[in-house]
Order: sequence, then C-alpha cells, then structure tokens
Amino acid sequence: MDPILNPFSSGTRLRDMIRAIRACKTAAEERAAIRKECAAIRTSINENDPDYRHRNLAKLMFIHMLGYPTHFGQMECLKCIASPGFPEKRIGYLGLMLLLDERQEVLMLVTNSLKQDLNHMNQYIVGLALCALGNICSAEMARDLAPEVERLLQFRDPNIRKKAALCSIRIIKKVPDLAENFVKPATALLKEKHHGVLITAVQLCADLCKVSREALEHIRKKCTEGLVRTLKDLANSSYSPEYDVSGITDPFLHIRLLKLLRLLGEGDADASDSMNDILAQVGTKTESNKVAANAILYECVQTIMSIEGNGGLRVLAIGILGKFLSNRDNNIRYVALNMLMKAVTADPQAVLRYRATILECVKDADASIRKRALELVYVLVNESNVKPLTTELVSYLETCDQDFKGDLTAKICSIVSKFSPEKIWYIDQMIKVLLEAGSFVKDEVWRALIVVISNASELHGYAVRALYKAFQKSNEQEAFTRVAIWCIGEYGDLLINNVGMLDLEDRITVTESDAVDLIEITIQCHALDFTTKAMALVALLKLSSRFPSCSERIREIIVKYKGNFVLELQQRSIEFNSIIARHQNIRSMLVERMPVLDEATFIGRQAGSLPDAGSISAGSSVSLPNGVAKPADSLVDLLDLNSNDAPTPSSSGGDFLQDLLGVDLSPAAQSGANQTSKSGTDALLDLLSVGSVSGPVESPSAQSNSSAMDILSASKSEKASVSPLDDLSSLSLSSRTTSITGAAPMMDLLDGFASTPPKSENNGTVYPSITAFESSSLQLTFNFSKQPGNSQTTNIQATFINLSSDEYTDFIFQAAVPKFLQLQLDPASGSTLPANGNGSITQNFRVTNSQNGKKSLVMRIRITYKINGKEKLEEGQISNFPRDL
Amino acid sequence: MGIRFVLMVNKQGQTRLAQYYEYLTLEERRALEGEIVRKCLARNEHQCSFVEHRNYKIVYRRYASLFFLVGVDDDENELAILEFIHLLVETMDRHFGNVCELDIMFHLEKAHFMLEEMVMNGCLVETSKSNILTPIQLMDKAS
Repeated sequence: MDPILNPFSSGTRLRDMIRAIRACKTAAEERAAIRKECAAIRTSINENDPDYRHRNLAKLMFIHMLGYPTHFGQMECLKCIASPGFPEKRIGYLGLMLLLDERQEVLMLVTNSLKQDLNHMNQYIVGLALCALGNICSAEMARDLAPEVERLLQFRDPNIRKKAALCSIRIIKKVPDLAENFVKPATALLKEKHHGVLITAVQLCADLCKVSREALEHIRKKCTEGLVRTLKDLANSSYSPEYDVSGITDPFLHIRLLKLLRLLGEGDADASDSMNDILAQVGTKTESNKVAANAILYECVQTIMSIEGNGGLRVLAIGILGKFLSNRDNNIRYVALNMLMKAVTADPQAVLRYRATILECVKDADASIRKRALELVYVLVNESNVKPLTTELVSYLETCDQDFKGDLTAKICSIVSKFSPEKIWYIDQMIKVLLEAGSFVKDEVWRALIVVISNASELHGYAVRALYKAFQKSNEQEAFTRVAIWCIGEYGDLLINNVGMLDLEDRITVTESDAVDLIEITIQCHALDFTTKAMALVALLKLSSRFPSCSERIREIIVKYKGNFVLELQQRSIEFNSIIARHQNIRSMLVERMPVLDEATFIGRQAGSLPDAGSISAGSSVSLPNGVAKPADSLVDLLDLNSNDAPTPSSSGGDFLQDLLGVDLSPAAQSGANQTSKSGTDALLDLLSVGSVSGPVESPSAQSNSSAMDILSASKSEKASVSPLDDLSSLSLSSRTTSITGAAPMMDLLDGFASTPPKSENNGTVYPSITAFESSSLQLTFNFSKQPGNSQTTNIQATFINLSSDEYTDFIFQAAVPKFLQLQLDPASGSTLPANGNGSITQNFRVTNSQNGKKSLVMRIRITYKINGKEKLEEGQISNFPRDL
Repeated sequence: MGIRFVLMVNKQGQTRLAQYYEYLTLEERRALEGEIVRKCLARNEHQCSFVEHRNYKIVYRRYASLFFLVGVDDDENELAILEFIHLLVETMDRHFGNVCELDIMFHLEKAHFMLEEMVMNGCLVETSKSNILTPIQLMDKAS
C-alpha cells in the first residue's frame, strides 16, 4: 500500500507518523492514530526485522513523550544496545533512559551489555554507556559496575572522565558504602583544567561530602585551598569565548565551586577563614546587571551566610540582598526574598531592616513573589512588631486575590494566636479576619477564638458587643456567624445591659428583641450549613432563658424546625421546644453559662496530634442518618462548640454535667463522688421524659439512678440498664428516620450529656455506625461491635436501604478485603429489597484485623441486584471505618 | 541532584520534549505536566520566571512559541537555571540554525542527545557549546 495513503504501517517513516499525529484535530483522533501506529510497531517487532528497529524506537519515544504506554518496546531497546553499530546503540541507550526506569527487571538484562560497552574500544560508545548508567543505574548495577567507572575516572579523554564523575555520583547515592573508593580519584580531578571535568568533579565532591563524613573531612583538609585558587583563577580569567556568558567566564562553574565551598566552610572556622578573601572579591567585583552575574552573587551570598561568621562579609551580603530587593526585575526580587529567608536565622536584625520592602512584596501582583514574601514575614514576626505587621496584613486581606486569601488567612491567624500581646487585641484581629475571609479560617481557629473569649471574663461584654456590631453589617462569612451566634447566645444579657463596658467602647442600645431578630434572620438564611443552624437553635434556647420576655417568640421560631429534613435540627427543635414549654423549672439551670474550657489544655490539644480515640470513647463521632458525621463528644457539644477533638477528662466532665444540671454539689460531695444527689437525678429524669408523649417511662428509681450515672460519666457505661433509654427512643422520635439509625437519635437527644452512647455492653467501647456506601438508589449502613476479649475481630451489621421507587430482587452483597484482614460473611436476611426504603436487608459479617491498631479497616464492595429483571451493579470502596477497628 | 526534569512545551500546552531524572509513572507525568503547564502559561512576562508547584520549583523561560520548563530542587540556584535554559537554546540554535518547535519535534532524538551531553542524572556535564555538539556532529557525518 502507498505509504502516503496509509501512514500507519511499519514502513512509514518517523516523519510521516509525526505529521499524521499532528494533523489530528481532536484528542480522540490522536488516540486512534496512536493506537494504529502502536499496533503496526508491535507487528514489526514480532517480525523481528532489525532494519526497522531504529525507526520503531524513535517512533516509540515520540509516542512515549505524548504520554502513551510503550512498554512493549522495552526489549527492542535491549536488542539495539546489544547490536554492534553505533547508531543502533545510541538510540537503544536513549530508549533505555526514556522508556525504562530502574525499577524494571528488564534492566537487569542490560548489565552485561553495559559492562562490555564500558570496556569498549570506541570512546563514544563508552560515553553512551556511562551516560545511561549515570541516569538509570540501580543499587545492584552500581555494585557490579563501580570498578569500571572508577577506572574510567582516569581515562585519557576528558569527555569520558567528566561522564564517569557524574556516573560516580549516582553510584555513591545508590550505595553510600562505595563512597570511600571515589574520594581519591575525585579529588585528583579537581586539579584539572578542563571545565567539563572540573564542574563534574566539583559536583562529585559535593555529593561525597553529603554522603560521607570522612570524605567531607578529607576534602576540607586537602582541597579547600585548591578550590579557592581555582575560583580565584576563574574569577580573574580573561575572556574565553567558549565559556563566556555575558562577560563572565563559565558562571556555572562559579556557582558549583561556591556551593562546594559552602559545604566545606559550614561549621569549620579554618576553612571558612581561608575562603573569606575570594568571597569578598566575588561579592564586590561582580557586576550585577546580567542574569549570570546575579546568579553568582546570589550563590556567593548564600555561601557567606552559611559559613562561619565574618561580620564584614555578612554586611556585604546583606547589602547585596538589599540591592536585589530593590531591583525592578521580579526574578531578582524573588531570589532576594528566598535568600533573606535563609539569612533570617543568621542575622534577623539585618533582615528586619527591609521590613517595609518585604511587606510591599506581600502585595505584589506576582503570586510567586507574594508567597515567598508572606513566608518571610511569617518568620520575621515577634512580640514587638506583631501589631504593625498584622495591621498591614489584615488590611491587605481586603484587597488580595481569592487564590491568595487562604494562605494569607492561615498565616495571620497563626501569627495572631502566637504573638498576641493582649486578649482584646487578639479578639479584635480575629473578628476582622473572620469578617474578611471567614471561609478560609479553619475550624479549630474559630473554636480557639471562642475558648479565648470564654476565658476572658472581663471581655465577655466587649466581645459580644463587638461581634454584634460587626454582625449587623455583614453575615456573609459562616465562621464569623458561628462565633457571633455562640457569643450572643452565651452572653446575650451582657449585650443588652452594656455590662462590663470598656472605656474605648461606644455605648450601644440593643433590645432583647433586636438580639432575637438577628438570630432569627440568620437561621432563616438558606445558604447556612446545618451546623450553624443548630448552633443558632442552641443560642435561641439560651436567650429564651436570658430574656424571659421573648421566650414565647423564641419558641415559635424553634418550633418551625420540628419538621426539618435534617434530623439534627428536627430533634433539637423538638427537644428545645419542650424545654421551653414544659420545663421552665430546669431551663435556666440547663442553659447556664458554659463552664470555661481550660485554654492551656485546649491549645495543647490542638498542638498535639489527634487524641487516641480508644482512651476515652468520648472522642468518637456519631454518624447522623444524613451521612454527616457529627462529633458527639464531651460537653462542649452541648453548647455547640462542636470541637471534634479530645475528650474532657471524665472526672471534670462529670462536674460540668452536674453544673449544667444545676445539681447542688455539696450533698453530692457528702454522699460520695459516685452518687448524684436526688435533685440531679430528678432533673435528668425530667429531661429524659421530655420526648415521651404517651406512655410513662418505666424506671424503678434505683435503676434509673444508675442509668443516669451512666449517661453522666463518660467512662462508666458498663452494665447500666438501657431499657428506659430504649423506650424513650422509640417513643420520642418515631418519625421516618428513626429506624435507620437505631440508637443514634437517642444519643442525639442527650447529645452532650451522654458522652458514651449507652449501647455497648461488651467492653465499654462503642463504635459509631457509618454510612458505608450511598448512591442515588441504595444506602448501606454499618453498625459495629467488638467480640468481647478479642480486639482484632469486629462484628459488622450491614443494613441496606433501597432509595429508589423500584423493588430490587436477587440482591447480593459481596465484599473483598486486603490480605491483613479476614472476612466471614453470614447469609443475608433476604434477597428482596422493597422500594422507597420500606424495609431493609441486613447481613452480618465478621472482620478480623491482624494489624489491629496499626491499620484501619478497608473494604471493596460489590452489590448486584435486579430491577424488573434487569441486572444492576454497584461497586465502591469503603475507607471511612472508625480508626481503631 | 539539582535538575529533576526538563520539559519543552508549546503555546498550546503540547509537550514537545520531556526528560525526567527521577521516576514518575506515566499517569503522574501526564498530571504533573498538565498542572505546571497550566500554571506557567497563565503567567505574564512581567511576572518572575519561578513557580512553586508541589515540592518542585519550576524555572521557565519562553522562546517564541516554545516554553522551556525545568523542575529543580529547592536549593538550586534559580538564576543559574535560567542561564542553563539559555545555553540549551543557544546550543540547539547552533546545531539547527534558528531552532523552532518543528526542529525539536522532528528531531526529537537529536534534541535528546544534546540534552544528554549537557545534563546527566540531574547534574550539569558540560557548558561549552562546541564540546556538547562535537559528538553529535561526528555522528551526523558518519551516517
């Protein structure tokens, strides 16, 4: 066939293939073209015609560059390398470097060819082999071929010596033990005149210094002077056309030499001393209007900053940086900022002098420069300059790009919390940041703000007023809204009565209904997350007690949410409604001001890693039926701090609870720590009966006492009678969602009270259920329990719900797990799944985790079923298992 | 090791030459190339020639319709890499005579041979244009 008409045959020339691919108009066409070409190349490879080998490889390289798989050509590379001709070898080695990598076993086959070629008569072939070895050799090859490379370091032709030097770098990196063999030949190369050999030898020495302490000492002792002399000769050399770059002889060699001197000078005063003169010369004599010259100056400054101190040189270096910083070329400014970053540790005062310029750079139009400058500012901040710097940064927050806001916000928050001189300033700055970029503020940051506010009792009034004022102007930022709502709920009374007025504040008049209005408007806002709405509900509940006159109005607002789709809101609405309507007597006790969270522990907790979820089960999270995992941890949750980390120590947790429930502590103390006073129990019982509309809760007082205790104390949930609670759950919330979650609504009802859901009767540890899989048509929930005495095995109950309007038949669930897990499936409860969630299939299985504690469970699932006889398949991977299963 | 990859990409974002000095899978490479090309091509000529991406620092320079992108380690001298790109272009210029995108495309292996003479395992081998080109010219004469 005519090759012009059919460009994709093994006979096509490379050129024609490239043209054909270029002519493709769409990505799909290109893929088709490449598929055809690859097929042709495969056929050609199978025919094993050596004439086409060269061409095939060239084509494959092009295809590889475009990002298509070319593994089938790997053996062709080896055949080319083994063939005697130079052109074949050359393309073979190139293919080897491009198409293969050191991880492939094919590579082992090439060791022998490499060895032969390293000993070849033709020096160009030796060069090819060295280059390939230098780019791809593995540790094994390095061991096998190191003697050859060592010998080649003394080869007659400098072009081979330079390649051998770089090849040695690869070898010593792969096998550091071999370093000592290379120290001598490497230092010998440093005396050469050939620039290629010199530059590679300098790099080899630098890498030797990095892998071996002895090599560093040796080179430092024997070669520092020589290197200084080489640099001096280079800097003073006359024009040499071959290496000249805009008036400077070989800037690349300059830079490599300076880099090596840096390694030698670091931590050694003598060596540093011997290079002072030349560094001063390079720093002063280099003209700084060309890229090459600036590159050398840049390297020189780095070396000066790293070697042992010399005041004069440091001044020179900082001066150069100052000049760089005021340069109009952005490249130069960028490297200056980069350099200052390193200079900060050596000489922070000198860097601080450029504060104004650096701040300007934070506002630069260029993202790279901004990023550098911001990091620099971040390390420059200290107690004395935090205020002006933060003011600058916060004011810039208003105008900066969206892309940059995230970085900037995180840095400001970190600076403010680290260095704030006083709390009021911290609160002010945080309010500003939240208003400007609340969506970029991380959850733990705004929670920390709440903790700080609650700790500063003298600033409660100030904070709530400031937040209120700001909130009136803007409620666009959700994080800000949360903080404001929390504070208004908590300190609403201080807001109205202008309590704790500071001198600098303006008096504001806020009526009770103003405050309620504000929250009502907020909660009606559709854009808000349900967590925020839930917080707003709690705030309203609190205000109902703080402002008795608004109580009825608040109840009306709350009641609107009793049919909300989000179970959490629905539940809160119903509970709070009952509290307001029917439990006036305990309401004020329930919503008393939050116990102050200890700031130090809170911050310590944030700094530390995630708490060990096993230690106290309070840290676990409860999965809501709508798939949102909500932390139901300690008391904090009751007041909606939603802090998802770290449990409150159980003892103080109990105290808090008693506090909250208005338990008189003195009798409790008398009757022993474990006994709650009678009134406490009553209050709790009252609360428990909140949702029960019809039947009375059956609970003999002794038993209920123990169950109350159980709920109260996070750590003691062993044997308590659960029946009243179960009763309650079925009575109170028998709405559509109850059946899905089983015990979850119960836990929610008591929310913060019950740190441990009283569900587990085995070993006190309870794992929250998860929504393992959810598609538009199917929902799969997992409930977990542990077998007593066997921590490795987890019993899982899977519940399937059909969300579509068609009945599923022949329902089969399959699961697969990685090797460290073992899986045993029990038969399912049925194979037919009714439509619209009118029923479910459950299936129990056991997973044994041999790496319990180290690795979490993970599982692939596959579900098949039929809709009206038509096969359907759903697959997925589940990796959101609780951590310590 | 200083240089981690050298890329040549045209204005449309199509790769014209790619040489990596560390192992990346095909998918990783495609993703990486897509990301950095998008980042670099979006920048204007007044902005600096350095972009930080993942753990790479990318030094780039544009010549007519072709972008040269070099990924380097954090402690590499960015300005020197700019000079290196220029040296690479000058070398190709000397060989092809006013090098253009098509020269590199249709002589991909030659472009690689040149690069091979200049960089090995991420380190500079040779900075003299005639030393770089001698083996390639010898080869041309032989074939």
